[in-house]
Amino acid sequence: MIEHVLPVPPAALFIVGALLIPLLKGQLRKIFLLFIPIVAFVNLLYLPQGTYWTYHFVGFDLIFGRVDSTSLPFGYIFVIMAFLGALYAIHVKESSEHIAAFILVGASLGAVFAGDYLSLYLFLAIMTVSSAFLVFSRRRKSATDAGFRYLIFHFFGGSLLLAGIILYYISTGNLYFGLLEGNELYLYLILIGFLVKAAVPPFHTWLTDAYPEGTATGSVFLSAFTTKTGVYLLVRAFPGTEILIWLGAIMAVYGVVYAVIENDGRKLLAYSIISQVGYMVAAAGLGTQMAINGAIAHALCHILYKALLFMGPGAVLQVTGREKLTELGGLFKAMPVTFWLFMVGGVSISGVPFFNGFVSKTMIIASAGLQGEAVVYVLLLLASVGTFLHTCLKLPYYMFFATDRGIKAEEPPRNMLMSMGLTAFLCLFIGIYPAILYNILPYPVDFVPYTTEKVVEKIALLSFTLLGFWLLKDKIAGQPTISLDTDWFYRKAGPAFMWFCRNPASVFASWKDLAYAKICFAFILLFRHNSPELLLTAEKRVIQSRERRQLASRQPAPLDSLTIGFSIFMFTFIVALFLLLLVFGKLVP
Amino acid sequence: MNISQHFPILVIITLFTGAYLAPLAGLWKRKLCYPLAVLSALLSFLFSVVILLSVLEHGIIRYHVGGWEPPWGIELLVDPLSAFMALIVSFIGLLAVVYSKDYIAGEIPDKKLPAYYSLLQLIIGGMLGALMTGDLFNLFVMTEIFSISAYALVSIAQKKGSLIASYNYLILASVGTTFILFSTGFIYMVTGSLNMVDISQRLSALESPWVMYNGLILLVIGFAIKSALFPLHTWLPDAHSIAPSPVSVLLSALVIKVGAYSIIRSVFTVFGPGLLEQSGVVTIPVTWMASLGILLGSIYAITQTDIKRMLAYSSVAHIGYILLGIGLASTASMTGGIFHILNHALGKACLFFCAGAVLHKTGIRNVEEYTGLAGKMPITMIAFTLAAISLVGIPPTSGFMSKFYLAIGAYQESWIFLAVILLGSLLSAVFYFRVINLIYFGEPEHKSGVREQGAEIGGVVHRQPTTDNRREAPLTMLIPIIILALGSTLFGILVHIPLSVVEPAVKLLLGM
Repeated sequence: MIEHVLPVPPAALFIVGALLIPLLKGQLRKIFLLFIPIVAFVNLLYLPQGTYWTYHFVGFDLIFGRVDSTSLPFGYIFVIMAFLGALYAIHVKESSEHIAAFILVGASLGAVFAGDYLSLYLFLAIMTVSSAFLVFSRRRKSATDAGFRYLIFHFFGGSLLLAGIILYYISTGNLYFGLLEGNELYLYLILIGFLVKAAVPPFHTWLTDAYPEGTATGSVFLSAFTTKTGVYLLVRAFPGTEILIWLGAIMAVYGVVYAVIENDGRKLLAYSIISQVGYMVAAAGLGTQMAINGAIAHALCHILYKALLFMGPGAVLQVTGREKLTELGGLFKAMPVTFWLFMVGGVSISGVPFFNGFVSKTMIIASAGLQGEAVVYVLLLLASVGTFLHTCLKLPYYMFFATDRGIKAEEPPRNMLMSMGLTAFLCLFIGIYPAILYNILPYPVDFVPYTTEKVVEKIALLSFTLLGFWLLKDKIAGQPTISLDTDWFYRKAGPAFMWFCRNPASVFASWKDLAYAKICFAFILLFRHNSPELLLTAEKRVIQSRERRQLASRQPAPLDSLTIGFSIFMFTFIVALFLLLLVFGKLVP
Repeated sequence: MNISQHFPILVIITLFTGAYLAPLAGLWKRKLCYPLAVLSALLSFLFSVVILLSVLEHGIIRYHVGGWEPPWGIELLVDPLSAFMALIVSFIGLLAVVYSKDYIAGEIPDKKLPAYYSLLQLIIGGMLGALMTGDLFNLFVMTEIFSISAYALVSIAQKKGSLIASYNYLILASVGTTFILFSTGFIYMVTGSLNMVDISQRLSALESPWVMYNGLILLVIGFAIKSALFPLHTWLPDAHSIAPSPVSVLLSALVIKVGAYSIIRSVFTVFGPGLLEQSGVVTIPVTWMASLGILLGSIYAITQTDIKRMLAYSSVAHIGYILLGIGLASTASMTGGIFHILNHALGKACLFFCAGAVLHKTGIRNVEEYTGLAGKMPITMIAFTLAAISLVGIPPTSGFMSKFYLAIGAYQESWIFLAVILLGSLLSAVFYFRVINLIYFGEPEHKSGVREQGAEIGGVVHRQPTTDNRREAPLTMLIPIIILALGSTLFGILVHIPLSVVEPAVKLLLGM
């Protein structure tokens, strides 16, 4: 019987599910939240490979189901992640957060299975809005601002993408989303649109800005979907594009450097996302079969351990209400389970053997080595050392040990621990039994992660880092400051733009007042008629203009467009006179 | 001759009759005015549905008023474009009339109700007349009818600023109508005809292009003032924000569109399509002014704190989109522009209705005070969000599709217009999402910010803010809001329905 119902589009399942959430209450809703991802997973298992769900939409072909070995792995992990995230957040009472999260999941699935640009753009836009709502859910000023910057940044990227799509449509006449090659303008526009999604520097600041501002539960969702969708898009459209190799390698190191000096726990993790996504971008740029496998495998593993890592500080935030490293410490006694589960994520991201980071990360590094990209190889290796340093050593050390600040704490709610436990289990399971991961990758894998050479190399590297950390641990303690990053530009640009919006307008208005006054004076002079009303009006205008100037220099002045209206009326009148002259000048031969 | 042939004139006459009956009914019983107005608006709406269907089936309808043959008699010319526009106008007009019942009771004195409903029918009837007429002078007359009713409606609530706003509107729009009249007289002088189709044929026989230029320029400037094309928009923000909300809806969603429609008629029917190349003299400035309007209208909207002013400035930007599409005069851009007429009408009408509902229930006009309204008026706020998203142009709402067509048409002309369209969407996202964010996630920390004494803006003291939860507006207000919000969402998915009308309209205009 089930064959008759399934498969349905995975995106629809989540989005319709999201809309039903507010109708349900209490226990029923909790069950529903977990039920949807399970149904979606079964649905994915019934999804045959191929291209279907094609709709003819006013002259465009919309493809909602392009299921192949590139998109399917992302589908699996997104659905698994939706389950874990829902379990982690199940205690949250507000339905708005659940709705935003489920719509985000649905839109990500839609984007991954989309086969044409129009539906892709549709889902990316929905992702942007729902992610911003997840950030807004924190309901405080800084979160609102960060969410807003997130929204505008992504709309900006989306605009470039849309421009690229339109150019593509005009030059090719179709909207099929596939491999892009050549040297056209649309290629670069689309590439930038995707790079914004994948948070490639200098388009990365939305990530470090917004993710730490999400709610404890919302950030877990945020961390999993947007950048990985970006990676999928790059893998799909731009495999083997050389610039991606360098962008990715620089990104991997860049993220690590900032993560090491970061003070906010979740912001540190956000920088570490950038670093990890750098591996995937570099792999997409390498473009060999092994590298593409590596990129997808790493995206899958990354989603799991990064979610686990976000769950740790999320749990701490839930229990203590604090997130700055300088305000935390000594939590191990109160939260041992959280600590150990968090550490599973830590060692996974560092690529310790028998955890999932190892089986995917080594694949990328090895394929860089095979390609003969020596510098990239070294940069990626370096970044992996840094990752171990900040995520696996620095973060837990300052959060759970270091100075005991006597914070009252306890283990987080059971559902959070269960979710963390499940995620940790998956990390470990894939690490020990990588075949389950390798089997769903697009190309056949002839890569063996567990060779003596690789394991020894990794362990040696990590041991030395551990030693270094122990010696230098006081030097890299977080400082309660904001690190300067490229977001400085738009943090400044935002207010500057608002200034631009307000001031020229009021300056313009004050000019108009002055001009009006001058006209009045001119009338007085011209007709030698000392009309008191006219004089009074003119003087009033001069004063008004001066006041406007002063207001504009101090604060945004409210615009009074009645005066502008009058001046425009004068302008129209003059134009009318001019045109009449023109008409009769031309008519009379 | 059966009744169905008379539908074009019936659409208009119903409302004009209603406009005369309303004051008479008011003499007897004031309560009668409202059902009467609803009835005539409803009849007019039904007639326009029938007309649209019959135009789509049988092609252009030409109706000779009083049986007088053109070019002497007045001709009503209904093609897919005018039928499409007439449906929009009569539908949103109907909703505005329905909405008025509860809203207007608190806004204007009781004894003015007959005048209000009479003017309301007159303005809708005038617009419908302007849309259906095939006669240039008749177009001028109809434009004057709806403009004069609009001046009166803006000031009917007798607030502090309403007289100035109305006067400002009156002066500028009269300059506009003067231009139109000049042009009409001028064209009559040269061609000896007032019938649009007839003029078009006679003009193409003329030798000097200057003759056409002058007529066209005057006509387009006149209608540009009516449609608030930047920089001739300055009457709009005051008039649209100070008028009672149902009137704001009519002005913002319909009146300026009728101006845009008249520009289409003058450029493409009176002077085109054979003379289209020469009309570049008009279309090129129009596109540039429209582009400036898109950007500056949005920038002005960002700076506003009054919700209705913000929406009014956003209308300046959106009329820019519509006229940009028309000015570019390619198939894709015209499709986008005309489709955007529908989308903006649905979206902006919904937003003004929502703003009106909030004003009615809580007295809030200031955007900053919209914090946490989602809890109090959930349905209104969901509708607000949907309509705003449609106007920003986020898929799958209808606003996206029209902007998509516009963008395709724009890039075929120049990348600058594409950049303007995308930047304009970005800017409109700034001010709409600011409100949406406040509605859903605004921290009500400024408890003192909520006015204790009742909001005094525009000189009128509104009702004291209600503190109890879940206070949706009455059904007569809520139903139009829901219909419009659903419309602006559904037409993004069922695009083929409006496009099935827009596409033949564009083909006809471009002479294909």
